[in-house]
Amino acid sequence: MTEPLIFEHSRAGRFARAQAPVVREEVELPADCLRAEPPVLPEVSELQAVRHYTRLSQRNFSIDTHFYPLGSCTMKYNPRACNTLALQPGFRGRHPYAPASHSQGFLACMFELQEMLKGVTGMQAVSLTPMAGAQGELAGVLMIRAYHHARNETHRNEILVPDAAHGTNPATAVMCGMKVVELPTDADGDVDIAALEQAVGPNTAGIMLTNPSTVGVFERKIEQIAKIVHGAGGLLYYDGANLNAILGKVRPGDMGFDVIHMNLHKTFSTPHGGGGPGSGAVGVGARLQPFMPIPVVGREGDRYRWQDEKDLPQSIGRLSGFMGNAGVLLRAYIYMRMLGQEGMRQVGEFATLNANYLAARLKAAGFELAYPRRRASHEFIITLKRMAKDQGVTAMDVAKALLDYGFHAPTTYFPLLVPECLLIEPTETESKEALDGFIDAMCDIMERAVRDAEHLKGAPWTLPVRRLDDVRAARQLDVAWRPGSVDA
Amino acid sequence: MAFIPHTEGDVADMLAAIGAASIGELFDEIPPGLRVDELPGVPEAISEMAITRLMQARAAQDQGALCFIGAGAYEHHIPAAVWEITTRGEYYSAYTPYQAEASQGTLQLIYEYQSMMASLTGLDVSNASLYDGASALAEAALMAVRANRRSKARRILLPRTVPPVYARVAEAIAGTQGIEFCRVDYDTASGTTPVAALAPWENEDVTAVVIPQPTFLGSLEAVDALTDWAHARGALVIAVVNPLSLALLKPPGQWGAAGADIACGEGQPLGVPLSSGGPYFGFMTTRASHVRQMPGRIVGRTVDLDGKPGFTLTLQAREQHIRRSKATSNICTNQGLMVTAATIYMSLLGAEGLARVAASSHANTRRLVDALSALPGVERALSGPCFHESVLRFDRPVGPVLEALATRDVFGGYDLTTDFPELGHALLVCATETKTAEDIAHYAGALADVLKQQKVA
Amino acid sequence: MSEVPSELKYTSDHEWLRVEDDGNVVVGVTDHAQAALGELVFVELPESGSEVAQGDACAVVESVKAASDVYAPVTGEILGVNEDLADTPEKVNQDPYGDGWLFRMRLVDPDVLGELLDAEAYQALLDELD
Repeated sequence: MTEPLIFEHSRAGRFARAQAPVVREEVELPADCLRAEPPVLPEVSELQAVRHYTRLSQRNFSIDTHFYPLGSCTMKYNPRACNTLALQPGFRGRHPYAPASHSQGFLACMFELQEMLKGVTGMQAVSLTPMAGAQGELAGVLMIRAYHHARNETHRNEILVPDAAHGTNPATAVMCGMKVVELPTDADGDVDIAALEQAVGPNTAGIMLTNPSTVGVFERKIEQIAKIVHGAGGLLYYDGANLNAILGKVRPGDMGFDVIHMNLHKTFSTPHGGGGPGSGAVGVGARLQPFMPIPVVGREGDRYRWQDEKDLPQSIGRLSGFMGNAGVLLRAYIYMRMLGQEGMRQVGEFATLNANYLAARLKAAGFELAYPRRRASHEFIITLKRMAKDQGVTAMDVAKALLDYGFHAPTTYFPLLVPECLLIEPTETESKEALDGFIDAMCDIMERAVRDAEHLKGAPWTLPVRRLDDVRAARQLDVAWRPGSVDA
Repeated sequence: MAFIPHTEGDVADMLAAIGAASIGELFDEIPPGLRVDELPGVPEAISEMAITRLMQARAAQDQGALCFIGAGAYEHHIPAAVWEITTRGEYYSAYTPYQAEASQGTLQLIYEYQSMMASLTGLDVSNASLYDGASALAEAALMAVRANRRSKARRILLPRTVPPVYARVAEAIAGTQGIEFCRVDYDTASGTTPVAALAPWENEDVTAVVIPQPTFLGSLEAVDALTDWAHARGALVIAVVNPLSLALLKPPGQWGAAGADIACGEGQPLGVPLSSGGPYFGFMTTRASHVRQMPGRIVGRTVDLDGKPGFTLTLQAREQHIRRSKATSNICTNQGLMVTAATIYMSLLGAEGLARVAASSHANTRRLVDALSALPGVERALSGPCFHESVLRFDRPVGPVLEALATRDVFGGYDLTTDFPELGHALLVCATETKTAEDIAHYAGALADVLKQQKVA
Repeated sequence: MSEVPSELKYTSDHEWLRVEDDGNVVVGVTDHAQAALGELVFVELPESGSEVAQGDACAVVESVKAASDVYAPVTGEILGVNEDLADTPEKVNQDPYGDGWLFRMRLVDPDVLGELLDAEAYQALLDELD
């Protein structure tokens, strides 16, 4: 079953009249400013639009409908109360330039969120403005740069990045005018200390690390790494992608990090929304506090107000038109209040319990762990290189086959240094029954690989579409429908 | 335990399978000295009922004023269906559509969105969104440098009529990448950028010229002449536009003889609530020939193994997860849910509905300006037409006037004094289709009151 | 086993050069490189007339799973590019040493040709990778 494009439901002259002003008012504008032809937008009724987009929604996997063990993405349950309460008229309708006198309710939430995030990360101060993880990274590296420049050490232009890092790390460093120096990972998944000692020097601006790392293990030598980098005059940047693993157990500030970004859409359960909005709040130690992106919320007596250029003259500046993804921040605030101290600790504990349970059961079933000598953190990697070699069934085939079992695929082929890998992150909100169902599916797939590999290579079979022709998509680029274009 | 489903029996069984005595043992690779027991600043948990009471009280505290502020974020009526559908779990709690077979809903929706934005801006291709309007301009500047291979200067002309905060954000994001933003002056009588203001760069290497329409001040630029000036000198044109205005105004793709090369802006007017400034979404469209220089995700239509049509992310090799340090941008997560809302909004309204919203906003702002400028001490500051914002000049400082209005639950507008001191005591006002004749009369009455009570400084 | 024509020069970045009768060189990517990249969907080429230095990233070959820079193997001027690749990037896959050529260059210093790999040395490099 395909669902036609919304444009194919269109009929000239139709639109959802109840939603628009009753009349089209006169426009007094010069003719050369006006458009000659109206834009080609759908011409449908409210019911047609509602039905079309409801039907489309049913062609998605989501956390609300499927187990979604996507490594490095922390696909945990997004509590409904967070959404309902953040969309109340008083929050939804508040203009970003509303005067402080009419903003105390909202600002109180933001101030308390800053305080809570300081507490869970062990940092000195927090700015909530970055609009996604990658923008938090940008803010972090820009602060490191500003710090060195303020000390007249403008030659510090090298950022160390482990080879297993998320792609945004090197991309961000380059955006900040830095050179990227890649660090190798040792056989047990830790940063290669000897290589680090070789790599640091007078040009070192800092290092970007995720801990637990992207290979799903805790970086045990973190204190030693901090000492080496600080000793060379560099700063430590914490990529918060995997903060869920250690929430309430150990804090980046205590590990020696100078700056961190948090993905509130991972650790603090704001929705992923089919690809955003995220929120990449940053936390800083004392050295970087003057450089924080603005605005941040301050408190004077019992009044709250935005702090801007006047309060933080050395700030790296503004990264968004207003004050970041405020609605996302409200959802994170509500989530954190509902969890509290004890709930935060349980996040790290049960995320880790679930991952270690899955890893242990899959190992017992014959799957190969990429780092068998290590504890799993909140996620772990299995490598399917044996299955790929013996049966020709790749990690991609297994990922697609899982969809037929009603499970979203784990992250495939990341990190790049483990061949034929699946990065699996169950999160704390999944029940033992859900995990057991996933294990059964994996065992079934393993058995089927021997008996009927072709079936797996052709998967998925039960979804709205089978595997798509990516080469055709890129070569015969069709990225916008036009009237008269042939509907395939 | 909030949101954690495990029974005691589950925990015991799971630990047995792992071979660990306790959950604590699973953290034995973390150096003991680093472990914490207390999280300062994090209070004890409260129930859903208690947080509901708290949040209701806080929301109510900020509610109830009549808002005539625009300045980049606009109050429009959002049909109920928009967010009813957008917050369905299948959209709300899905991830980025990397697994195409399990994400056809989101992918098809983005394809439809791209089609709508391309048509609205009169250009060929759209990406799946950027963070917001301000950061979209920063990305557009970086893109122009990649796309204009003949220019070596990395120089972008940025009129002062572009929202001031866009300039700050562009500087913060792109300034460290060796891009020089040159501010172009404007005519204080009309609030627009005369072609003559570009004269200092007549014989210089210019990578791109930014042209806002409407301007931050609500005025309308001579987009054709500015576009032709840029193209005659080998510079690209970046249009910064309000997407709602494009229901009426000439689309960037038709500016001048050849059309703008890149269009970008703030998508918030298309069905996204004000929500204290975010989440909104930035949009970007361009010519087909520049598609590979465009940052962010793009959805393409293709076929599956059986030849059936389907949708997938395409041109991914440009992106950070593959190209790493050589990516077009570091952007990863964008504003997918906001795009979902905007797509449904545009579907409900269509071209006619959108034009009615734009025309009503235009007409209401004119009515507001007429009503307010009839008061003694208040006058229109700019000559020439405006879209749905306009500048008023007062005979006294604007700050105290706004404060007094706020005590009467009227947000009177955006104070321009800091960013545009040369305009005098200037206030930017906006009345969208949401404002009735009574609302406008209420503002005029409140302002008359305030002006009477306050002495001219 | 990928093809390594004996008359060409090679770089360790899997590019080949053919010296033309007029002393100019034609540059492309090797059979090994195209196979490793997979089906190409786009080739970005330098501007004719531009000056490039040895080691400059001056072109990009892109498949659905990877985008790789092509480095200028020698210093000189770009004389022309293979315009056909705009519509048919797959020519690089089908005929990497022929119709799939990327660009032509004028050499600044012919001596540098001696520093490049010959077919035998490049084959040895490939053997090492296997």
